Amino acid sequence: MQITCPYCGPRDLAEFAYQGDANRTRPDPASTDQQVWNAYVYDRTNPAGEHREYWQHAGGCRSHLLVVRSTLTHEITSVGFVHDKTPSPARSRRRGSSKGAGA
Amino acid sequence: MVEPVSPLGAAWKPGSYANAAGVTGVALSETRPGSIVQAAAWRGEEKALIAAIGKVSGLALADGAGAGVFKDNKAAFGFAPGRFLVVDQKEGLGDTLAAAVKAETGTVTDLSHGRTAIRIAGARAEWVLAKFFAIDFSLTAFPVGAGRSTAHHDIFALIQRTGPEQFDLYVFRSFARAFWSALCHASEEVGYEIS
Ligand SMILES: [Zn+2]
Repeated sequence: MQITCPYCGPRDLAEFAYQGDANRTRPDPASTDQQVWNAYVYDRTNPAGEHREYWQHAGGCRSHLLVVRSTLTHEITSVGFVHDKTPSPARSRRRGSSKGAGA
Repeated sequence: MVEPVSPLGAAWKPGSYANAAGVTGVALSETRPGSIVQAAAWRGEEKALIAAIGKVSGLALADGAGAGVFKDNKAAFGFAPGRFLVVDQKEGLGDTLAAAVKAETGTVTDLSHGRTAIRIAGARAEWVLAKFFAIDFSLTAFPVGAGRSTAHHDIFALIQRTGPEQFDLYVFRSFARAFWSALCHASEEVGYEIS
């Protein structure tokens, strides 16, 4: 399997590190709703087909990537930088903690 | 100035090691730059960083994945989004570049003593490197001046093509001797000389 890094081009799978399901949305860090956190940590969709997932090009440019891969055929239909597709996790974390500090 | 000690140590054995056919297909050397500096731009500040690198080093970097230049014993190339390696045979580039890059533009990290620069040159250089790295070394896919970041068995390596038949490799200093020894073994097939 090869992944075409948007910066480096096509590279062998060995250069990449899987970083998990990209379908999850991190709950508000201030939330104490156990069901919401349980779902975030443990629930996975496990589709037979297209799956959005995070990969890091750890043995290359080290960018974090959002990959759409078929779990049936390993066909990759889309690769992009995570920061182009989702709000920055760092920023949402900062927003969450400032909320906590103000309370 | 203190004379830097090569990490290659006893593995550095200058000489000519022809293959069974009496041919030496590659030349291996350690280029020992005085300055190896990493510069990283905050997002959106890439052009300002490229301008600062140009001002300090005199190297005009094109804006694009892996683009780079190599001339007058200096080198610069992109190896990740917004990140560049800048190399000078002279010492002191880390300080001059750090002074030229504003805090709002990005960061400058002096890696001069953290990386070892190894050069492989000759007609069979592409062939030998292709044993190590799963990337396309052909001149069309990897033009002169361009840089690539890749890995050999988890040993991270930055590679710049510095000539039609010449590549400069930057590896972590602590892995340099092992990498160098492996490179010598891989070169036995085509014959090599060390100078
Ligand atoms: Zn990459």
